[in-house]
Amino acid sequence: MAKDKLTGKARGINRRTILKGAAASVGLAAGSGAITGFPTIWAQNIKNITLRQFGTGVSNLNAIAEKCKQDTGITLQMTALDSDAVAQRAVTQPKSFDIADIEYWICKKVFPAGVMQPMDTKRIKNVDKIVPLFLNGKLKPDSAVAQGTAPHTVGFVEGKDSTKFAKSQTQWMTMIPTIYNADTLGIRPDLVGRPITSWKDIMDPKFKGKTSILNIPSIGIMDAAMICEAMGEIKYGDKGNMTRAEIDKTIAILTEAKKAGQFRAFWKTFDESVNLMASGEVVIQSMWSPAVTAVRAKGIPCVYQPLAEGYRAWGGGLGIAKHLSGLELDAAYEYINWYLSGWVGAYLNRQGYYSAVLETAKQYMSEDEWGFWMEGKPAKADILSPEGKLLEKAGAVRDGGSFEDRMGKVACWNAVMDEDRYMVQKWNEFIAA
Amino acid sequence: MRTKSYIPYLQVAPLAFVFGAFLVVPILTIIVVSFWDYDFARIIPDFVLTNYQELLSSPVTLRTYLNTLRYAAIVWAVTLVIGFTVAYFLAFHVRSDTWQTACFLICTVPFLTSNIIRMISWIPFLGRNGLLNSALLGAGIVNEPLEFLLFSDFAVILAFVHLYTLFMIVPIFNSMMRIDRSLIEAAYDAGARGLQVLVNIIIPLCKPGIAIGSIFVVTLVMGDFITVRFMSGGQSASVGLMMSNAISLMQYPAAAANAVILLALVLLMVGAMMRIVDIRREL
Repeated sequence: MAKDKLTGKARGINRRTILKGAAASVGLAAGSGAITGFPTIWAQNIKNITLRQFGTGVSNLNAIAEKCKQDTGITLQMTALDSDAVAQRAVTQPKSFDIADIEYWICKKVFPAGVMQPMDTKRIKNVDKIVPLFLNGKLKPDSAVAQGTAPHTVGFVEGKDSTKFAKSQTQWMTMIPTIYNADTLGIRPDLVGRPITSWKDIMDPKFKGKTSILNIPSIGIMDAAMICEAMGEIKYGDKGNMTRAEIDKTIAILTEAKKAGQFRAFWKTFDESVNLMASGEVVIQSMWSPAVTAVRAKGIPCVYQPLAEGYRAWGGGLGIAKHLSGLELDAAYEYINWYLSGWVGAYLNRQGYYSAVLETAKQYMSEDEWGFWMEGKPAKADILSPEGKLLEKAGAVRDGGSFEDRMGKVACWNAVMDEDRYMVQKWNEFIAA
Repeated sequence: MRTKSYIPYLQVAPLAFVFGAFLVVPILTIIVVSFWDYDFARIIPDFVLTNYQELLSSPVTLRTYLNTLRYAAIVWAVTLVIGFTVAYFLAFHVRSDTWQTACFLICTVPFLTSNIIRMISWIPFLGRNGLLNSALLGAGIVNEPLEFLLFSDFAVILAFVHLYTLFMIVPIFNSMMRIDRSLIEAAYDAGARGLQVLVNIIIPLCKPGIAIGSIFVVTLVMGDFITVRFMSGGQSASVGLMMSNAISLMQYPAAAANAVILLALVLLMVGAMMRIVDIRREL
C-alpha cells in the first residue's frame, strides 16, 4: 500500500549468526514438524529454499527477510510494487511469484483468476488466534460488520480447488492476514488553526487550495465517499459497493470542489504525500500512517486525526501461488507459521500497523510498547521504531488511541466495486475535469 | 548476374528484421489488443468495438485530447522561439569553433541527468514555501505566495519547455551550420538588411531543422504522462496519463485503443509537417 520508508539497514551477517540461525531453524522446523505431522527430514532441506514474495511495500521489509533466514533458513526474495502492479503481475505472470503479499481487495480481483491456491488452516498453527475481524468481520462479538470488501468476505473459499469465496469460515483460507490498519486524514495541527473532527472538514473553504486526496481510484473513491457522507450530501447503501447513481453524485461533488480550487494536488505515491505535507503545500489530506510518521520524523508536526465518522481500513495478507507444491509448499507454510509466531507481529506493531495474531506479538514487545501502540496509554519511556529511531517522546499518546478504539471504528474497508469499470471511468473524468 | 539478385534483400534484411520485430509487431499487437474485451482481472481475446465506442463517446476524451494538443501547441511555440534564438546565437554570433563547441556542450550538460530529476527539482523551487516564493516575499515584491507557480498548467509547460528545448536547438543549429556563409555575404552585398537575411535566407534554409525539432517536441509532448502528472499535481489530464491510468487498472484493451487513436493523430500531425517541409529533399 505505502512504499515503505522504515526499512531497516542491512545488518552484516557473519558466519556465527548463520550457524546460530541454522541451528535454530532446525530446532524450529523440527518442532513445527512434530505438531503438524510433517516428516522432520524436510526441515533440513527447507533451509535451501528460496521463496519469491512480491507485494505492496508495506510489509516487504528487509528486516523480515533477514530474520526469516535466521529463524527458518528460508531465503525470501522480495519485490515491492504498487497495488495495481501487484494485481496485474499476479494475474498475468502467475509463475513469477511464490508468495503474494497483497491486500484483501486485490485478493478479490486476483483469487478468482485461479492463480493462487487456498491454504489448509489445519497446517496453520495460530489460526485460532487470528483477530476475529478476519474470520467473521467482527472485532468483538457485538460489533457491526463494516462496509466495503471486509477481509472475511474474501478470506475463505469453499474447497481446496475452489475459487469461489465462501460465505462463512471454512477450512480453506485464501490468505493469511498479516498486516492491517485504520486510515484517516492527516493534518498539520500548526497550520489548520482549528480543531478537525470530521471528514467533511477537508471541504472547508478555509482550506481552499490546501487540501489533497489520493489519486488511486479504488481508494480515493472511498475517501471521497467518507467526505460526501460526512457532508450529508449522500447516504450510501454500501460505500464499498456503490451504485452508478451514487458514483455519479460523488464524482459531481468532487468535480465541483476541484473546479472551485479546493484541492492543491492529487497524490499517487507515499513520497508525494509526505512531500505535500512536509512542504506545507497542503494542511489536510488523505494519508497513510507511515507517511504521518515520516513527516514527524522531519520535525514537522503532523497528526493522524481520528474523525467522528470513523476510519477507512485496509488489510493485507500472504497467499500462496497455485504452482507451489512439495517442498516449496511446505516451506511456504513454514514461513507463514513463522510470520504469525510473534516476531514479525511485534515488528509491524512497532511501526504503527497491526498484526493478525496479537497474542504472539505481545510476547515480543515490552509492556510500555504494548501499552503505547495497542492500549492507547501514554508512553512511559521514549518510543523507538524497530530500527531504533526515536518516534515519540515519553508521555506521548498514539493518535486515535487503542487498538479497539481505532479498529473498532472502521466505517469501511478498501474495496473493489461491482461497478468498478464505471467508477474508474468516472474517476478519470474527475481527474481530467 | 541472376545469382546476385537476392543480395539487396540480404542487405536490407537486418534493418527490416529490427523494424519488424521491434516496431511493426508491437504496433500490430497494440492494434489487435485494442479490439479485445476485458474485465477486472483478465484480458479476453475477442473482437469488440466497445473500447473505441467508450473512448470516442466520452466527452472526457475530447477534452483530454484538446488539453494535450494545447500543451503541445504552446510548448512547440515556446521551444521554437527559444531554440531558434539559441541556435542562431551559437551559429552566427559565436565566431570561434572552440567556443561554439563549448557552448553547445554546455547546452547539453543538464541532459546528463535523468529528465525525471530535472523535472522534479522544479517542485521545491516553485512551491508555496519554495525558493522562488521565499525570494519574492523576502524582496517585498508579493505579499502572498504565488500559488499558480506549482501544480498548474504554468508548471507543466515550464517543465516541458525546460525538458525539450534542446531537441529544438540541436537540429536547428545543425541546419544553420550547413548554410553556406557566402549566401549571407552575397545577400548583404546585394543590400539586404539583417531582418531580410533572416527571413529570406536563414529561416527557409533552417526549415528541415525546424521540422525535425518540431516533430521531436510535438511527439514527446503528445505522448507524455509523467510530466503532466507531477507538475500539475495530478490535477490535469493528458492522453498519456489516461493510458497510464487504464494500464494501472489492467484495462489494457482500453489503453491500446487510446494508443491507436493517439498514434493515428500524431502520424497525421507529423505527416502534415512533412507536407510543409520535405525533410528528405532538404537533408
